[in-house]
Amino acid sequence: MATYPASQPGAQRHTLSVLVENRPGVLARVSGLFARRSFNIDSLTVSPTERKDISRITVTAHVDQAPLEQIIKQLNKLLHVLKIVELDPTTTVERELVLIKVSANAQNRSDVLELVRMFRAHVVDVNTETLTIESTGSQDKIDALMNLLEHYGVVELVRSGAVAVTRGPKALSEKVIGSEITQR
Amino acid sequence: MAKPTPLQAFNGVPKGTDKTNNAGSDTKSAGEKMTGAQALVRALEDLGVKDVFGIPGGAILPVYDAIKADTKFRFVLARHEQAAGHAAEGYAVATGRCGVCIVTSGPAATNLVTALADANMDSIPMVAITGQVGVNAIGTDAFQEADTVGITYPVTKHSYLVTDAKDVPRVVAEAYYIATTGRPGPVLIDLTKTAQTGEMEYTWPQKLLLPGYTPTTKAHGRMLENAAKLITQSFRPVLYVGGGAMRSHASAQVKALADLMNAPVVTTLNARGIIPDSDPKCLGMLGMHGTIAATGAVQRCDLLIAVGARFDDRVTGKLASFAPTARVIHIDIDPAEIGKNRAVDVPIVGDVATVLDDLIPVLRDEQVKSGTHDLAPWWKALNDLRANYPTTYDRPEDQPTDGTLSPQWVVSQLSAAADPDTIWVSGVGQHQMWASQLVDFEKPNSWISSGGSGTMGYGLPAALGAEVGSQRDFDGKKPVWLIDGDGSFQMTSEELAASTLDGVPIKIAILNNSVYGMVRQWQTLFYDKHYSATILHDGEPDADDTPGESGFVNIPDFVKLAEAYGCLGLRATTKEEALAAIKKANETNDRTVLIDFRVWQDAMVWPMVPAGASNDTVAYRKGVHPLDNSQQADDAKLSAEGF
Repeated sequence: MATYPASQPGAQRHTLSVLVENRPGVLARVSGLFARRSFNIDSLTVSPTERKDISRITVTAHVDQAPLEQIIKQLNKLLHVLKIVELDPTTTVERELVLIKVSANAQNRSDVLELVRMFRAHVVDVNTETLTIESTGSQDKIDALMNLLEHYGVVELVRSGAVAVTRGPKALSEKVIGSEITQR
Repeated sequence: MAKPTPLQAFNGVPKGTDKTNNAGSDTKSAGEKMTGAQALVRALEDLGVKDVFGIPGGAILPVYDAIKADTKFRFVLARHEQAAGHAAEGYAVATGRCGVCIVTSGPAATNLVTALADANMDSIPMVAITGQVGVNAIGTDAFQEADTVGITYPVTKHSYLVTDAKDVPRVVAEAYYIATTGRPGPVLIDLTKTAQTGEMEYTWPQKLLLPGYTPTTKAHGRMLENAAKLITQSFRPVLYVGGGAMRSHASAQVKALADLMNAPVVTTLNARGIIPDSDPKCLGMLGMHGTIAATGAVQRCDLLIAVGARFDDRVTGKLASFAPTARVIHIDIDPAEIGKNRAVDVPIVGDVATVLDDLIPVLRDEQVKSGTHDLAPWWKALNDLRANYPTTYDRPEDQPTDGTLSPQWVVSQLSAAADPDTIWVSGVGQHQMWASQLVDFEKPNSWISSGGSGTMGYGLPAALGAEVGSQRDFDGKKPVWLIDGDGSFQMTSEELAASTLDGVPIKIAILNNSVYGMVRQWQTLFYDKHYSATILHDGEPDADDTPGESGFVNIPDFVKLAEAYGCLGLRATTKEEALAAIKKANETNDRTVLIDFRVWQDAMVWPMVPAGASNDTVAYRKGVHPLDNSQQADDAKLSAEGF
């Protein structure tokens, strides 16, 4: 078992939102900083934002406070990083999408469908042996759904990783300097 | 002078006074037609670059083709890309300006990685330009292709892959700006052949587009007041000054602060000379091989003011017991350094010179308001340490037992006989520590050594760069002395060719003990004298008479090696020969002089703190522990955490 100096057992889960320039190589620079310090990243998502010159990286990791502060400072030193915010779970909406292919035959299909209804999930594919379920929600909800479905036999599973946005009217990118980036 | 830092990626709107952001509003006007390669050379000229180091090759040939007789910078041809990089570093430290080197792709770029890492560790401003295969060949495993930008992510401040000729001048201007501002560091430009050969329209100046780079130079006023309060309340303050003060050219400010506080100054390796060694406030270097007074001052202080220093493990020893009773004020331009290794009471982010200029009047007011404590008892304790444990090597156990020279004596003689304006350069190892301890440093920027990275082989190329800088800025009147070890020197000795052919004369003192001395010292102290792979056979004490144990002697013969490269080679085995050779070297300014001093292989660097042990266990000599005379200190060995 690998040891992760920055991610000791019992470390809290943190969510970072990192606004970066939308250009090649940025993800490598960012992920390299995490890798070098042996951060055990739980999930990492990248996508364009409301401004096409800016991408947003959402990182969740179980990590102690001191290494977290250090990596935020190190990330800030990357020129392509425009802003970093550690999201406060109490003022944040966090969602994750999951696709689960679960064994379901004629005998137990209705049981599975009952769970799908209870969790407001959707069935996106069905055949004689399996159901493929799509569910969106917080990590807790998805973990709960997973716990119940495990019993039927999960054939395949893919999770998108968390994306998160703060509540209220403001955007993270609000203060990012003008449109300069696009002139390149 | 204002040197911004890469702080918090953005604090709102860019500052209107930032000259870089309004540099060129006329960039749209059509410029002169030229190729990207020509644009690179022109941009370097327009930046005021005067000296460039490098080696050509296939993927950078268009750039070399654009370097012509009327090009405004001097080009110095190195013999290895690593050396080109180190030469640019030595040049940068000696002149205070950005070093520039240009090499080709693939193996040249990977050779350069060592120098980039070294510059990154010691915060040396440098722009490195590498060739890259054409855009369409990238990723095809083309001849001499390497993912240079990918390889250098962790060892550069920033890097660029340029695929279009029109981007060349802007990227060069940005790279230079990034390298020299904030916390200085190496910036890499990987220039594809496509960008070099493409046509573009050259305009200057260029508008820089750096939305994620807004370094902070000026300290927060509240922090300065807090710092001033702590200072006036302190009974046992110490200024712990690092290389950042040197990079910020803050020598006068450090001296002014020390005088105002009447506080002792201890320095790291890179800050030797920030205040003169003759100043009674200067206690010398602290840490693993620091003076007892300097290390003792830090261990017993009640206020530690870190000035452009980063609490390196070679300074702190075991972190948990470093300066255990001290409150800490940390001044650094890089916010990531503050609190990285040591919790801080007053964090001050900003350029050292600017911060100290602002702090000194605030402190003066606070001193008038609150008064200060009498530091006489503190000085008494420190002066006792200084008097009882001087940095000399005249104890019986320091004397050679085999008729060879004492290396420490050689360094003292070199220092005594040298021009006061000398720029001192070293490799890495025992000789580096002795040079740092025993050379009399009276001026800043007169000591060039690889600190954080500890790169053996740094010495000769860095000395080459320093001499080029001396010729540029001081008409060659600052002589360059390289103190090197036989092991370190052999790693880059090919640069003697550049020294002779490019008219860059330096003075080289090889402290030849025929072993990897520092490794041997650790083997002596911590590995039961098992001298595994540390015997070099390049200067056995009996070399001139009988062959050494292995039958090999003088491999290589450094005197003959020097002669082979057109340098003057001298050998010194006795004190008389040594003094005569030093005299001869100081008189010879038209070519490089190399002196092969045959020194004692069991000579030790003292004092010493074993890696990973507490600074309190520091040994002045084997078994002598001035700060903690318990059995525990005597038993201190390499700890598991030490390296």
